[in-house]
Amino acid sequence: MIDIKNLNLKQIRDGLQNKSFKAIELTETYLNEIDKAKALNAFITVTPDKAISMAKESDNRISKNESRNLEGIPLSIKDLYCTKNVRTTAGSKILKNFIPTYESTITNNLWSDGCVMLGKLNNDEFAMGSSNETSYFGPSINPWKRKNDDMPLVPGGSSGGSAVAVSGSLSAATTATDTGGSIRQPASFTGTVGMKATYGRCSRWGVVAFASSLDQAGPITKTVVDSAIMLKSMAGYDVKDSTSIDLSVPDYETNINKNIKGKRIGIPGEYKIKGLDADIEKNWEDGISWLKSEGAEIIDISLPHTKYALPAYYIIAPAEASSNLARYDGVRYGERVHRKDLDEMYSDSRSDGFGEEVRRRILMGTYVLSAGYYDAYYLKAQKTRKLISNDFDNAFNTVDAIMTPTTPTTAFNIGKKFDDPVTMYLNDMLTVPVNMAGLPAISIPSGLDKDGLPMGLQLIGKRFGEDDLFSIGSVIEDCRGTFPNPAQWWIEK
Amino acid sequence: MSEIITTNEVRHLVQGGIDSWEIIIGLEIHAQVVSNSKLFSGSSTSFGSNPMSQVSLVDAAMPGMLPVINEECVRQAVKTGLGLQAKINNTSVFDRKNYFYPDLPQGYQISQFKYPIVGEGEVAVDFKDKESIVVNIERLHLEQDAGKSIHDLSQDYSYIDLNRSGVALMEIVTKPDLRSAEEAKAFVTKLRTILRYLGTCDGNMEQGSLRADVNVSVRKPGDALGIRCEIKNVNSIRFIGQAIDYEAGRQIDILEEGGIINQETRLFDSATGKTRAMRSKEEAHDYRYFPDPDLLPLYLSDDFIKQVAIELPELPDQKKARFINDYGLTSYDASILVADRVSSEFFEGVAKGRDIKLVVNWITGELFASLNRLSLDIANSPITIESLGQLIDLISDKTLSGRLAKDVFEIMLDTKEMPKKIVEEKGLSQITDMASIEVVVDKVILENPDKVAELLEKPKLIGWFVGQIMKETAGKANPANVNKILRDKLKLG
Amino acid sequence: MSIDEKIVKKIATLSRITISENEITKLSSELNSIIKWVEQLNEIDTTDVVPMTSNVNNTLHLRKDVISDGNIVDDILSNAPMTEDGFFLVPKVIE
Ligand SMILES: [Mg+2]
Ligand SMILES: [Zn+2]
Repeated sequence: MIDIKNLNLKQIRDGLQNKSFKAIELTETYLNEIDKAKALNAFITVTPDKAISMAKESDNRISKNESRNLEGIPLSIKDLYCTKNVRTTAGSKILKNFIPTYESTITNNLWSDGCVMLGKLNNDEFAMGSSNETSYFGPSINPWKRKNDDMPLVPGGSSGGSAVAVSGSLSAATTATDTGGSIRQPASFTGTVGMKATYGRCSRWGVVAFASSLDQAGPITKTVVDSAIMLKSMAGYDVKDSTSIDLSVPDYETNINKNIKGKRIGIPGEYKIKGLDADIEKNWEDGISWLKSEGAEIIDISLPHTKYALPAYYIIAPAEASSNLARYDGVRYGERVHRKDLDEMYSDSRSDGFGEEVRRRILMGTYVLSAGYYDAYYLKAQKTRKLISNDFDNAFNTVDAIMTPTTPTTAFNIGKKFDDPVTMYLNDMLTVPVNMAGLPAISIPSGLDKDGLPMGLQLIGKRFGEDDLFSIGSVIEDCRGTFPNPAQWWIEK
Repeated sequence: MSEIITTNEVRHLVQGGIDSWEIIIGLEIHAQVVSNSKLFSGSSTSFGSNPMSQVSLVDAAMPGMLPVINEECVRQAVKTGLGLQAKINNTSVFDRKNYFYPDLPQGYQISQFKYPIVGEGEVAVDFKDKESIVVNIERLHLEQDAGKSIHDLSQDYSYIDLNRSGVALMEIVTKPDLRSAEEAKAFVTKLRTILRYLGTCDGNMEQGSLRADVNVSVRKPGDALGIRCEIKNVNSIRFIGQAIDYEAGRQIDILEEGGIINQETRLFDSATGKTRAMRSKEEAHDYRYFPDPDLLPLYLSDDFIKQVAIELPELPDQKKARFINDYGLTSYDASILVADRVSSEFFEGVAKGRDIKLVVNWITGELFASLNRLSLDIANSPITIESLGQLIDLISDKTLSGRLAKDVFEIMLDTKEMPKKIVEEKGLSQITDMASIEVVVDKVILENPDKVAELLEKPKLIGWFVGQIMKETAGKANPANVNKILRDKLKLG
Repeated sequence: MSIDEKIVKKIATLSRITISENEITKLSSELNSIIKWVEQLNEIDTTDVVPMTSNVNNTLHLRKDVISDGNIVDDILSNAPMTEDGFFLVPKVIE
């Protein structure tokens, strides 16, 4: 057996090229681990036949020295990415039987580079959630547990399954999407590296839309170098996405362990919010001293509109979602509740097909766009968004990157009762501003709290400043030292 | 240019049972853009294909699909704007108009709301025997057409075909400047002429390429605008007239009986000539327009607009002015000839080097009457520029008399043969030589001594003699020559 | 502003979501708590601020006008709940 638990993607890439192991052995090992990890509920669909045939093809190419960039590396895909002839649900009942006849641009890029698909990953329904609990297929479970506490924890969301699959060593890497923190927050909760690219860097074509002006893809991996390798394959200009940017993709891997002497790192005072865990605040200070010791210059900055990002987000994202989800009407695809009257068919299909949180956000979005409320809410939020973006522009006049904690707390209990939806939304407080401004950001595992749960530090970069995030991120990773794997409690003996 | 009256004065009143009323009409014309592929997808726009064969994943609003705009549709809209002497906006924005309908796959129509591609413009409309008017254009914007619903194939279901879904439309909105059915019909006719000249819309109303939403209200002269009703999707010029007359009458009846007009959407029934309120639930429409986050603002450079302006063809008004100026046509003849680009080109083709008066008379008289009788388009005329030209040459060189020419013309319509060939084969050419005519003249004088005597009293009898001679020669004698010889012989001077 | 039950019903109709009578009160109170919370935006002066609709500063990329898609009837229909003769079927619409 290959010890996949202690292998990262880069080592796997090297192992396959050195012929230390074969793609088929590797794939079978992962499939076996996935099979044993049902308790984590990370997968909505596993595709063993496809995985094995892709792995065979990779072995064949490797043996003929015709390897592509990522030949034979087994990945899993968030179930928001449409995959040809493989069921794609977006975590929703309404799409529980939907089989796309097309492949998203990003997954197509990965398969063209030789990756092997293991399956499709659990997520909050239509990516709306911060705990993976809104999935129609049940919550995915965090591989981490508190010391001396058996309570199952959420992996975060919406890319919960993507984070769990990496943290639990069920895939070498995974794809994810991030609208308000959906890559970085679960990465932080599970001790993995989560990268959200600059808006426009990765194509949105073939990815189920939540809020189009905020949605952006990225990978979840074990290490920063893995993240750089994955993003290089995923990113690129796509003429099929009008918001995609025509810029060549640099070789991100060359930024790893680059000297960061003289780099200016901004520390925004506004991120020291009420409700920030003491351990997390302390970890942030550790991060600051690590970077200082590597020669970076630490600069206090102000992002004055930070606290307004979240309320503005909870106007803009539902507004776009209410419109994006109108296509799920039971006419061309998706589950239909049969009724004699057209409007009843629409309304009953949608009520039955969408879960509570999705319905609530559709209603909220409809409200803020409707006549008489548009200016007070939607327009106000768009203007606020401009101010948030301006804050970042100003900051980047004096700094190269910004460092903050990724989340105010570590992972919480499954089923934790929040007083109201807003309390749940506060999870995204530190991640949402980045989406509003379309900037790249990465979350790096930076330590364990007093309960032994992973914490993460977030680095925010300039537009298309992914390179800086990889170089600074790899330094944080080095200073932090080896990060442990969670105990494999889920494996049935 | 003929004199133009402003739209503020009362031009037209209709008499109700009690009062005189002014009808106020505004039009929203939907004109299908001439393009190979759809506004936001690469599928074909051609008419009449098998159901669903011209549908892409984008047109069917499959999850994750994104719009990419068609350059040609943008160019066509700009061209049309320039043809309407309108302001072209350097920045325009695509918005989503949200509503549910089975032929609207996305659950929203991509349209332009706040910032259309074309702003205010104007169209001059001429009448045969009254002053011209100017109709002000409010705006022109680009939007997607919907699919097609067929309601009569089954008792329980409507059938949906998406072939038209996503075809580009230009919505051209007038100010409420029209005052009668006649004016509205003349405006649409003129607009259609302009669109056809530009080649931006084929103007084919039977196929739905051009259709009008007609807004009608009535008021007593001098009063503020009344409450209007919108009659949707009227698809022939004749129906536009009928719908306006019926609707104005209906509103006048209601008001004179002390009632009030409900602002509502109505349908025109061409079988009864009446309008009726739409039966579908009149839930207050709330389209929740907002900028489409899948698209970016459309910026058009001055250079782009200039380039389109350079490629602009000569438009009907310019051509009319030129015909009056260069060929000495009357305003009326010129407007008839330019009403259709092909007719105007036909005229210019025949006119080259020929007697203009003769050419105009033959085209606007014999040719148009015949085409009308045969329900043929000038583009499919059996008479060509060359054949009509040759016929007119035969008249000018006196080979044919006017009467003979008409006979030859009838044969040309039937056989599509050239007039020279017909004349030769049937021996139809005119007898012009004096000697042959003299023989016949002598014969007629000799046989009718009593008429000769009478002629001295009544010189008008000369016509009788001409008739007799024409009869003897089967119409082939040149009437001018006959006249001359008769007068010589009878010493009529 | 507050979202009363009448407004909840109206937006539910607009967004084609069936909600039962006993859900309305709960939804109205949840939506109100969200709305109350987002109204903290009123603290900011946004006069003269240009609303931001996109993170991308480019203009639209213009596609060439060529027929590059279509003729995939099977793909279009393959996930449909009800079809006949190439059409999608929906409960009869009365205009
Ligand atoms: Mg209209
Ligand atoms: Zn329209």
